[in-house]
Amino acid sequence: MSQHALITCRELIEFLGEYTDKTLSPSQVYEFERHLKVCPSCVAYVEAYQQTIKLGKIALVPSDQPAPVPESLVRAIRAASETHRPSAS
Amino acid sequence: MPHSTMERLDTDSSAESALLARLRSGDDEAFDVVVRVCGGRMLAVARRMLSCEEDAQDAVQEAFLSAFRSLDRFDGRSRLSTWLHRICVNCCLMRLRTQRRRPERSIDQLLPQFREDGHQEIPARPWKPIEASGIEQLELRDLVRSRIAELPEPYREVLMLRDIEEHSTEETASLLGLTPAAVKTRLHRARQALKTLLDACMIEGTL
Repeated sequence: MSQHALITCRELIEFLGEYTDKTLSPSQVYEFERHLKVCPSCVAYVEAYQQTIKLGKIALVPSDQPAPVPESLVRAIRAASETHRPSAS
Repeated sequence: MPHSTMERLDTDSSAESALLARLRSGDDEAFDVVVRVCGGRMLAVARRMLSCEEDAQDAVQEAFLSAFRSLDRFDGRSRLSTWLHRICVNCCLMRLRTQRRRPERSIDQLLPQFREDGHQEIPARPWKPIEASGIEQLELRDLVRSRIAELPEPYREVLMLRDIEEHSTEETASLLGLTPAAVKTRLHRARQALKTLLDACMIEGTL
């Protein structure tokens, strides 16, 4: 990234994953944020991208409590596994 | 009992070693214990990765059968529950790949387009804050789940493993047989595509 010319929107969006995952170097972050100061469209894009990640987690993130295993599944695994597991001697 | 056993297995390696010894000796009760104790988390993972309950239960069953067949290969370097979780994720991935899928749209249609000068063809518009979106929490979950389901499979699986299951880039690469660089590229495209799919409901001024 150049010290003087602003990076383009294309370049900014290309680096957005690494910016979000905090794997850009400090100088890259500086250039990234210099562009954001003058580009409302990229600000909107970055915020929506980061909201997207949050929404994915809200929609699908596991709850702390594991789901109970249905008895029918326990029985099915027991029956199917009898030929696969070690036998008691 | 299963939940307290789970806590004990997660924190007490001697409890896990004892259970493993019983499994290897073919103790029927030990197999039931491990299914009840570890199966809940595996089922939750399978339900997130596969959209159909029957597929999710089948994947968990396959995972246990595969694990029971390879008990001798479990080397104890990870927790038993972690090993089972990994096998379950692999079974879900196999199932996703062998399922007959509907024709998928190209990811390119869901990525931003740029002009010659590097600006976006269509400037991005701000989203409403989630809490002010007017969408009920449950409705929002269903909406996001349905949009994730629309992602092309190679992108959906990376998004699930990285952003939802929170595997590292390297773990995801190993699970999918990709390079870490390819995982990063796919994850970025998946997030961008999901953003595009959510734009219609989330942009300010939309219902």
